[in-house]
Amino acid sequence: MGASLRGAAAIVGVATAGTGEAPGRTAIELLGEAAIAALGEAGVALGEVDGVFAATGTHGVPVLSVAEYLGLRPRYLGGTNVGGSSFEVHLLQAAMALQAGLCDVALIAYGSNQRTAGGRLVSMSEPQWHETPYRPRNPITGYAMAAARYMHQYGATREDLAAVAVAARKWANRNPQAFARGPLSLQDVLMSRMVSDPLTVADCCLVTDGGAACVLVRAERARDLKQQPVYLLGAGAAASHRSIVQMPDLTVTAAVESGARAFAMAGLRKDDIDLLMLYDAFTINTILFLEDLGYCPKGEGGRFVSSGAIDPGGALNVNTNGGGLSCVHPGMYGLFLIVEAVSQLRGQAGQRQVAAEIALCHGNGGTLASQATAILGTQAAL
Amino acid sequence: MSDDAKPLGPQAQFKAYLAEGRFMIQRSRSSGHYVFYPRVAVPGSGETDLEWVAASGEATVYAITVNRTREGAYNIALVDLAEGPRMMSRIEGVETAPIGARLKARIAAIEGEPALVFDLAEQV
Repeated sequence: MGASLRGAAAIVGVATAGTGEAPGRTAIELLGEAAIAALGEAGVALGEVDGVFAATGTHGVPVLSVAEYLGLRPRYLGGTNVGGSSFEVHLLQAAMALQAGLCDVALIAYGSNQRTAGGRLVSMSEPQWHETPYRPRNPITGYAMAAARYMHQYGATREDLAAVAVAARKWANRNPQAFARGPLSLQDVLMSRMVSDPLTVADCCLVTDGGAACVLVRAERARDLKQQPVYLLGAGAAASHRSIVQMPDLTVTAAVESGARAFAMAGLRKDDIDLLMLYDAFTINTILFLEDLGYCPKGEGGRFVSSGAIDPGGALNVNTNGGGLSCVHPGMYGLFLIVEAVSQLRGQAGQRQVAAEIALCHGNGGTLASQATAILGTQAAL
Repeated sequence: MSDDAKPLGPQAQFKAYLAEGRFMIQRSRSSGHYVFYPRVAVPGSGETDLEWVAASGEATVYAITVNRTREGAYNIALVDLAEGPRMMSRIEGVETAPIGARLKARIAAIEGEPALVFDLAEQV
């Protein structure tokens, strides 16, 4: 199912803008800067964009805001918002719209100035009436409860969680674009301020500014453009709940389903993947997604990351930009996974470059609620 | 039937019971499936034959965190009701509680509104 989408569309331009701190610039300005830069590197004119896909934490109807700001008259409007994983869903929808001829140039874009605007992680949640009396601090409350449950059920430790943050920092230290650089030890993470047991502030993603954009066209046109095309090989999405209360098992995410769908469409297996970009809003995420995408058995993820498996030079290449934990996290991080995967697949990742023809981007949204997996590859992977 | 004779929606009905000091949850007459939070149909299967029954108030801790702020610390828990459904609540009288601990429900006032909280069963 969906096999005809494999390789049908390609990413031909990516860009970020204002990642880290961007004082004096608004969310839509960052988004606009990234969009113009992505089109520029693709060699595609702004006026050619006729499919717009956008999600932000601050716009009620982001697709309209983006189209108006850039002066576009899109004929395909794709603004699915399922939280931070929206952009992996947009990849799938853009490929569908391109293949169906409903648009010829798809722009996926995001922007946020949450760091300079308020310094707090923008919550994706309208209050859930059955949660409100207990004052959960979304999203961290949900992730902290998932971490607590996971530790209880599988004997994982705070050191295991901390190992994820330390590995991310090691990668960030190879990435001049990363916001948080410098030494970070297990002890540093463990001794950081406890925010929501068992998660310290160092188990939580950054709160940064940043815009990002990505341009897709059909494969036949992609080959004639300026950049080495990065093809969408497969994608799949899944959703298990809205409120953490309704997540059936806090130790198993719907990445089990989204990953299987993406692998099936791509006709690939887990060992075919050279780079894993996993949405690490909190340290527990990386562990759960490694398990749920099949890279280690359920319950073994903590020991797996503590063994050094996701450190630079380890068994797997994971979150080579430094992740949401140490590189960038402006509220919705999903598009930044894609930008890093494209940089790696093109061989443009500098000091942190890994040998990669196929990359998996796994997006997460809400409190472990929506999961979307997209597998990207070079010409050689087709 | 006039408009004002129509029953309350499930959310308002649940809160009305709480205001009367009753912890009621929904159950499907045909499937026996319990539902919380209250809805117009059983999620996933769609039965609309939901009736209100008294909850036992017995529960266990499924997951818990302590939110630490400058103003102080308080716990937030997911509790599994004996009837099956899970809800968010807090465990009163302790900073935190072990996962699996047995609980008993109580209706308390939170910011002036009736709300369910839980006590450790051993302390009841």
